[in-house]
Amino acid sequence: MNTSLRRALSAAAIAALGLPALAACGGSGSSGETDGGKTVTLVSHDSFLASDSVLKEFTKETGYTVKIIKGGDAGQAVNQAILSKSHPQGDVFFGVDNTLLSRALDNGLFTPYQAKGLDRVPQEFQADAAEHRVTPIDSGDICVNYDRAYFAGHKLAPPQTLDDLVKPEYKNLLVTENSATSSPGLAFQLATIAKYGDNGWQDYWKKLKSNGVEVVDGWEQAYNDRFSGSAGGKKAKGDKPLVVSYASSPPAEVVGMKPQPGEAPTGVATGTCFRQTEFAGLLKGAKNTKGGQALIDFMLGRTFQEDMPLQMYVNPVAKDAKVPEVFTKYGARPADSAALAPDKIAKNRDQWVKTWSSLVLK
Amino acid sequence: MALPLAFFGVFFGYPVAAIVARGLKADGRWQFGRIGEVLGDPHTAEVVWFTTWQAAASTALTLALALPAAYVFARLEFPGKRLLRAVVTVPFVLPTVVAGSAFLALLGRGGLLDELWGVRLDTTVWAILLAHVFFNYAVVVRTVGGLWGQLDPRQEEAARVLGAGRFAAWRKVTLPALMPAVAAAALMVFLFTFTSFGVIQILGGPRYATLEVEIYQQTAQMLDLPTAAVLTLVQFAVVAVLLLVHAWTVRRRETALRLVDAARTARRPRGAGQWALLASVLAVIGLLILLPLAVLVLRSLDGPDGYGFTFYRALASAGDNGGTFVTAPLEAVGNSLTYALAATAIAVVVGSLAAAALTRRGGRLVRGFDALLMLPLGTSAVTVGFGFLIALDEPPLDLRTSWILVPLAQALVGVPFVVRTMLPVLRAVEPRLREAAAVLGASPLRAWREVDLPLVGRALAVAAGFAFAVSLGEFGATVFIARPDHPTLPVAVARLLARPGELTYGQAMALSTVLMLVCAAALLVLERVRTDRTGEF
Repeated sequence: MNTSLRRALSAAAIAALGLPALAACGGSGSSGETDGGKTVTLVSHDSFLASDSVLKEFTKETGYTVKIIKGGDAGQAVNQAILSKSHPQGDVFFGVDNTLLSRALDNGLFTPYQAKGLDRVPQEFQADAAEHRVTPIDSGDICVNYDRAYFAGHKLAPPQTLDDLVKPEYKNLLVTENSATSSPGLAFQLATIAKYGDNGWQDYWKKLKSNGVEVVDGWEQAYNDRFSGSAGGKKAKGDKPLVVSYASSPPAEVVGMKPQPGEAPTGVATGTCFRQTEFAGLLKGAKNTKGGQALIDFMLGRTFQEDMPLQMYVNPVAKDAKVPEVFTKYGARPADSAALAPDKIAKNRDQWVKTWSSLVLK
Repeated sequence: MALPLAFFGVFFGYPVAAIVARGLKADGRWQFGRIGEVLGDPHTAEVVWFTTWQAAASTALTLALALPAAYVFARLEFPGKRLLRAVVTVPFVLPTVVAGSAFLALLGRGGLLDELWGVRLDTTVWAILLAHVFFNYAVVVRTVGGLWGQLDPRQEEAARVLGAGRFAAWRKVTLPALMPAVAAAALMVFLFTFTSFGVIQILGGPRYATLEVEIYQQTAQMLDLPTAAVLTLVQFAVVAVLLLVHAWTVRRRETALRLVDAARTARRPRGAGQWALLASVLAVIGLLILLPLAVLVLRSLDGPDGYGFTFYRALASAGDNGGTFVTAPLEAVGNSLTYALAATAIAVVVGSLAAAALTRRGGRLVRGFDALLMLPLGTSAVTVGFGFLIALDEPPLDLRTSWILVPLAQALVGVPFVVRTMLPVLRAVEPRLREAAAVLGASPLRAWREVDLPLVGRALAVAAGFAFAVSLGEFGATVFIARPDHPTLPVAVARLLARPGELTYGQAMALSTVLMLVCAAALLVLERVRTDRTGEF
């Protein structure tokens, strides 16, 4: 028999036998870190980002190192945290937004903690001001984006409000996301519910449907494939000049572009927005409570707040945090973004999504 | 058999049972009423029906298009064959988001078909079926072609000499010998398309839902675990029926075969028929596989100032600008290769032990075990991922943050490939050879080492190649457990695509191209290893 084959096989066998030992090493190593009190573990969703330098500053200030665990999109991450609440994966959870907040609170995910610096955060963001189970960290708006070149080329004014979208001149121009699978899709539906009320939103969607709205499953397909204004959409020959995306998408389009253009290739229809606020909370059963509290304080501090915009494309909630120039220059900050109470969303979300699906998809 | 059984018990059976039980047991009581409720919903019936028929149609189409290719790769010699065989496997590892987008560029609006003939296939079932062929072509080519190359052509020639026509000889001699491999390939393609997720969402749109999509929505978005649990059980039921049918058809067909060195059975094409076959197979590969891949490569080069390597340079300098976002590509390549090697090692060891046990013993228990090994392919990645999360959370099994969980999850998908590739070959080994060894005083282990192993070395290499490719591309379960500081290539691509911006989009395309190259290179190395070895038969 071939000796190299034999060698490969025995190596494989050794690897297999050694596995439990290795796994044990990995396991004890990581739990040792947490017990030692020098590590604080942050559980979040895939979109969480922070500069290395900012995380290092946290370590310098407090002596704790941050370990990050990410699990899927916002909805998945919250659900995973709920499922593993008897053995939480970390100390702090970040990334539950106002559309999912009640689910997290009703499941008793968090220990109350009143963060330092909360007085710098406007009341509108403080959804749990009575109990402080969660602390607001950032906010962002989901709005219809438009392709400037398309509307300039067709000598058409881009739409500005939800009412505009059902007008005949914007027929077959909008692509949005499935409320059941996409968080911007759901937010857009919530914007229409906030605007037209419990009874009016269904009529609005009927009109939107007969005006040729297209629905795809995820933001990636809508924005990168179907929308004509984004870099990906241009390559994919997207033919929809209107898309449901974020108010911060236009600045994102020009980040890293050299030279910087006079205006972003896309704009925001400011009358179509829904405001999302993201919260952080101290997980019940956290091994490192002190470290977790320090991390939440730090996330409300100016350093972290000013780092967020270019990392996660969201706005800071602290009044004293400055927003980078690329944000103010190319982005829009809608003044009258729609909002709904978290408990109202929690109570009706599943029914709303079901109704929406049968109305729009069937 | 003990090790594979323990492996599947701990890393598959236990987590899945845990998540299903969590769904069906609310407030300490079993909620069997929910089963009837969910099953009674007409929507469930629609989903089950669509899931099953699209999988069956995809399997049929894949077999129809790929079986001729299996023959061409097994029996004909042509320049670039080895490279091409590696390239057709590349789709297998591509993230569906990326490949789906490339498919849209060909089949969708403004795509090639649209421009030439005004035909648009996106949001139709055809787009789904063709994409399934794209992803699973290699499964048939490699599984069936692997065995075909080793069948002794002299048997078919003997039948011809005895007066059988070319087709009759093929049907009576070659086809029956090939059947186990064809059935195995069909089974795997069916299971893969049965649990299809990304392709359905991207190419089909929200109007099409498979069980997998539905389970994902109920678990990950709605947190409606009872419904998800019932749907998981339905998925199990369909897969179980299929496995029983497969076991029943194969049992009556597997026989000992004369296996020969594959290098000696391939010839240069002769006659118009063989040339035409070669040409049509190459045309199918060109249209269905190379074209979408080419679209991706082009997009990765199509920078803001014309074609160039802008996005690759951006990838290379990704570590410098201080974010925790983009992992340096070399690091992601390193992570992916490390995980994939570990997963391949696990899959090959567990899979070979299982396959050996299955060859050696008969009986209902063993057949049940065989079916159990295939179940992970037919199970939703969300179920497994969430199952890991709630089951492996206490010492000594608190593996949730351990790196080993990633290769373990990948190996779950790799083992069925190893078993299915090895089993037909192992069963084809003449049992009298083993008996002779035993008579001459060899222990069972020694007999296996001296008799079986040299004969199945090639199948082992094919199996390892598959396990490796599967691990490299596995995304579903990995995305739930991959540690953010060590993302695999597919996870890194998905993260890039989830952000707006020209630079990140280009980087996603560039990183996908890197993934393709890594896969092709790894498979080429494996091909070389296996030709070295077959010389020793």
